Amino acid sequence: MTTRTRGRRAPLASVGLHATLLVASVVAVFPVLWILLTSLKPAQHAITTDFVKEPTLGNYTYLLESSHFLSWFANSVLVAGVTTVLGVFIAATTGYAVSRFKFPGMKPLMWTLLITQMFPMAILIVPLYNLMGDLGLLNQPVGLIITYLTIAVPFCAWMMKGFFDTIPIEIDESGRVDGLNPFGTFWRLILPLAKPGLAVTGFYAFITAWGEVAYASAFMVGEENLTLAGGLQTFVTQYTSNWGAMSAASVLIAIPAAIFFVFAQRHLVAGMTAGATKG
Amino acid sequence: MAAHTSQSVAKAAGDDVEHGDVARGLSRRTGSGNRTGGNRTGGRGGLRRALATHWYAWAMVTPVVLVLGVIIGWPLVRGVYLSLTDANERNVSRTIGVRHIEATYEFVGLDNYAAVLSDPVFLQRLAWTVVWTVACVSITFTLGLALANMLNRDFKGRAAYRMALILPWAVPGFVSVFAWRFLFNRDNGILNKILDGGGISAVPWLDDPTWAKFAVITVNVWLGVPFMMVALLGGLQSIPGELYEAAEMDGASAWQRFRHITLPGLRAVSMTVILLSTIWTFNMFPVIFLLTRGGPGDSTEILVTQAFREAFITSPRDFAASATWGVLILALLMIFALVYRRSLRKQGEVW
Repeated sequence: MTTRTRGRRAPLASVGLHATLLVASVVAVFPVLWILLTSLKPAQHAITTDFVKEPTLGNYTYLLESSHFLSWFANSVLVAGVTTVLGVFIAATTGYAVSRFKFPGMKPLMWTLLITQMFPMAILIVPLYNLMGDLGLLNQPVGLIITYLTIAVPFCAWMMKGFFDTIPIEIDESGRVDGLNPFGTFWRLILPLAKPGLAVTGFYAFITAWGEVAYASAFMVGEENLTLAGGLQTFVTQYTSNWGAMSAASVLIAIPAAIFFVFAQRHLVAGMTAGATKG
Repeated sequence: MAAHTSQSVAKAAGDDVEHGDVARGLSRRTGSGNRTGGNRTGGRGGLRRALATHWYAWAMVTPVVLVLGVIIGWPLVRGVYLSLTDANERNVSRTIGVRHIEATYEFVGLDNYAAVLSDPVFLQRLAWTVVWTVACVSITFTLGLALANMLNRDFKGRAAYRMALILPWAVPGFVSVFAWRFLFNRDNGILNKILDGGGISAVPWLDDPTWAKFAVITVNVWLGVPFMMVALLGGLQSIPGELYEAAEMDGASAWQRFRHITLPGLRAVSMTVILLSTIWTFNMFPVIFLLTRGGPGDSTEILVTQAFREAFITSPRDFAASATWGVLILALLMIFALVYRRSLRKQGEVW
């Protein structure tokens, strides 16, 4: 299919294609690249337009030694990590059940899972805030983890249903023939096959929690309790703008996610749209 | 149902060979599923039979049902209740140290709704939220479609372009928003410096209501295009090449091929990504909050940031008003989803 146009495109069209894609790529890459370059400039040059001027790692040493960056990072890893593990763990069997069985209550459950995914945080944030306040869980990672599960659980269930759907039903049938009950089939046969799907689901749940802003901004106060999304806000406020530290922090936050993402993205789209189109 | 939708998913996944099998497997599955689901509950014996047939399915979904009930269902009910009270930060129950203070807020009926709906602010926010959502989704979709079409050809450097174009999706959103804030900075941002080099005076990107609206839309489009592009590219790759060959034989022009083969082929994926993108944009809190904080003034405030502002920025914190906004937002989204679904049904789309 892809060879269809090969050699038939006029040179002019080819130039136009490359020019357009090049411009789009520059627009896509530039903000990220610019932050990377800024992070390497000493503070007094942070706002210059020179691409590189006296490159230094000063912003990074400042960040690691004189700011709370490491505790924010640890908070974010803790919150996002536990949310992911719990979310996948709680949702896995449900994803399997709605993928394989028809049972009374399935339709309402599917609708609930779908609708909760489009819930605006605005509807839950106040009651959850009050609940956490009552329980003394504000400013605690546990409070944020519980809150993030409201996003992660429905999402993981949908996405895993999509992945379980791609595993042929014959495998379940063979398990049943061999005398496994549905739990055994799920645990011994399907789960091992669905590992890539679980990994992708987990990864998505992780970056969702990693990048969440609203709950984190509202629930966590006090410099050392913040997550990365809250911490980054402290560098650039109405009164201060420490662009150097902000850009260095951005780079450290973005690099691991970006590398992993590039490898996983093909599966991410497949999972998202699979979960979303099956009603 | 299953066969049809899973085929559209196969298109979405852009992985037709593997998914062709799945579609077949699925249609077989629902066949057998219908048999087991056939015995409807009737009376006590029916209930026992249903339990015997379905107990494992019910057991498997129990964890999710419990968790959803406790951490979504209960807060949702409380949220609706709070919107009917005069709760604010001074009268809700709270724990300070070891001291527990009981709640003293009162039920006020629909007063909050009357107050919000009769305030012109609501219509202003709603209007801007709709403009914001429609602008973002339509621009993102158009750009995503154009780029996907370009990338769906065979040429040197395709993989590199694809990688570069996906980058905005790979970086955590809040980081990108800060990067853009840096670019948009009025005095020191690179955008104004470039304009300055071209002899154009500085643009108050984030300090002028109109420019700020332009800026938030730009950033959101930048963030959203990669997802659109990748999803649509998957859709394009699942359209059989023979269709294009046949059309070319019949003398169809490039535009006609796009209009009559590409667009219909992308229908299923498009419907999904437009729905997702609309909901995401409507609820897009981080871009607005981190880029402009709803400002300057309140010019870029959308409904969700307004709800957040009521509860966490204004003083005293007005929890009841925030809950009211929250309920209204949810109601609007539900109406949208129902209308969307109905219009799809009317066009014969099974969803």
